[in-house]
Amino acid sequence: MSKFNQSDRQQLAARMDKIPDNLYVKCPFCGEVYYHAELTVYDECPLCGYGMRMGALERVAMLTDEATAINPDLVVDAAVTDAAYQQKLARAQANSGIKESVWTGCVRMGGYPAALGVMDTHFMMGSLGRVAGEKLARLFEVATTRKLPVILYTASGGARMQEGLFSLMQMAKVSQAVADHARAGLLYAVMLTDPTTGGVTASFAMEADITLAEPHALVGFTGRRVIQQTLHVDPPRDFQRAETLLHNGFVDAIVPRSEQKAYLVDLLRMHQLAEVRQ
Amino acid sequence: MSTAYDVVRQARSQDKASTPWLIEQLVTHFHEFHGDREHGDDPAIIGGVGFLGDQAVTVIGTNKGRTLAESQACHFGCATPEGYRKAIRLMRQAAKFRRPVLNLINTPGAYPGVEAEYHGQGDAIAQCILTGVSLPVPTISVIVGEAGSGGALALACGDQTWMFAQSTYSILSPEGYASILWRDGQRAAEAAEQMRLTPAEILADGIVDRIVPEVTDAAGASGLRAELIATMAELTALPTQQLMNARHRRYRSFGTDGLQEQ
Repeated sequence: MSKFNQSDRQQLAARMDKIPDNLYVKCPFCGEVYYHAELTVYDECPLCGYGMRMGALERVAMLTDEATAINPDLVVDAAVTDAAYQQKLARAQANSGIKESVWTGCVRMGGYPAALGVMDTHFMMGSLGRVAGEKLARLFEVATTRKLPVILYTASGGARMQEGLFSLMQMAKVSQAVADHARAGLLYAVMLTDPTTGGVTASFAMEADITLAEPHALVGFTGRRVIQQTLHVDPPRDFQRAETLLHNGFVDAIVPRSEQKAYLVDLLRMHQLAEVRQ
Repeated sequence: MSTAYDVVRQARSQDKASTPWLIEQLVTHFHEFHGDREHGDDPAIIGGVGFLGDQAVTVIGTNKGRTLAESQACHFGCATPEGYRKAIRLMRQAAKFRRPVLNLINTPGAYPGVEAEYHGQGDAIAQCILTGVSLPVPTISVIVGEAGSGGALALACGDQTWMFAQSTYSILSPEGYASILWRDGQRAAEAAEQMRLTPAEILADGIVDRIVPEVTDAAGASGLRAELIATMAELTALPTQQLMNARHRRYRSFGTDGLQEQ
């Protein structure tokens, strides 16, 4: 066989199948392209520090020494869904490895106990429906009863359209649980991650004692497209990025992933209750 | 038989009772208070004090404006962060003086502007919700026309929410829903049918407490005033803790009946 023989389509396809997917990653913020191994161990862009979107379970593993989930099996009752929504939920469960858009649980970080919530964009864009609302309300309630601080990683496209007004009401329900927790004198710290928008921004994401953000995370209420379509203006590129919110006074600090655990452990240490310290 | 989209059209109608007119009809000796004490004054939120019957109350309402110039100034009823912060300030003042609060809602949603984002639209709504659910005085919210998304919820976190017969309450506009779900904003009428945004559907879902007759004239307004006076009196008679517990149960229960452990 001549070495100039061309491979046929089938042979090419077979060879392509042997090449793994996702070998190269493009940073969605700065646009640089990397061989996947060049990303930091925390999945950050080596050039601009943007953190690639991370699943809830990965984050829990990154942050905690021990973790016990609260109500990991809570789902929407089939009686209040239709076939299309059921299908979307099933796909989201397969995508994310969790049964709803937020993981909640009791954890230890650097030896300190805390209640932790982590939202996951791989589950229907982290949208807030009745299950996520209930899990978050229960997280704050458990934390209030057990006198635990709450740490919450937000990531959400906003309310879940399929659940209509019930989704909107979750904003009030979770806010009420946040208020009860605050009245008990307990710490609530938020980490805003990419993207945190809509009803989540307009409720519990902006109700913490300490508001932190990941580098370049998009955080806002109204989406860029809606502003463009309604007002026919093109907002500046960075108008809803974490750095802009820091500049405008809505974020306490921007913390890269590599420093987050140490930062949060410091906060937990500083906010221990006197009775726990003894 | 009127369709859901007919109700949407009625809720948005130019002939809808305006917020300033309603305040004039419902409340005597009304004095409007301006400004959020931080940045400015948003005309899309009217706030102040007056008497509902014999009871001094704080009134907060979204305003769509009656003339084109007014409507442009208040962004057709879409409040900015300054508006929500004015509402928060007046709610806290009401708590200090043990005054019940009456909220009147007619807004397509919070203002979707770049400046509004810079000034913390999400933060302002979040704090407004937090203030509303924690307010230690009776609060009734009346949805007069449109009530869209978080911008409406910000003023509907009290003890009771009522709806005018021709009003809507939804997570977003039917046009927005159709454009997101089917990428076709023209299918708004079809979206409205699916969204359960009419007063009867929302009452059946247990999210609002009462549907009140559409107010179009002074006689109608006087009927609404009588209902408000009676219910405010009932709520005011409750010990604060009992009022707060009932409100807590109200918001805690939303959506809990549609859950299961898999």
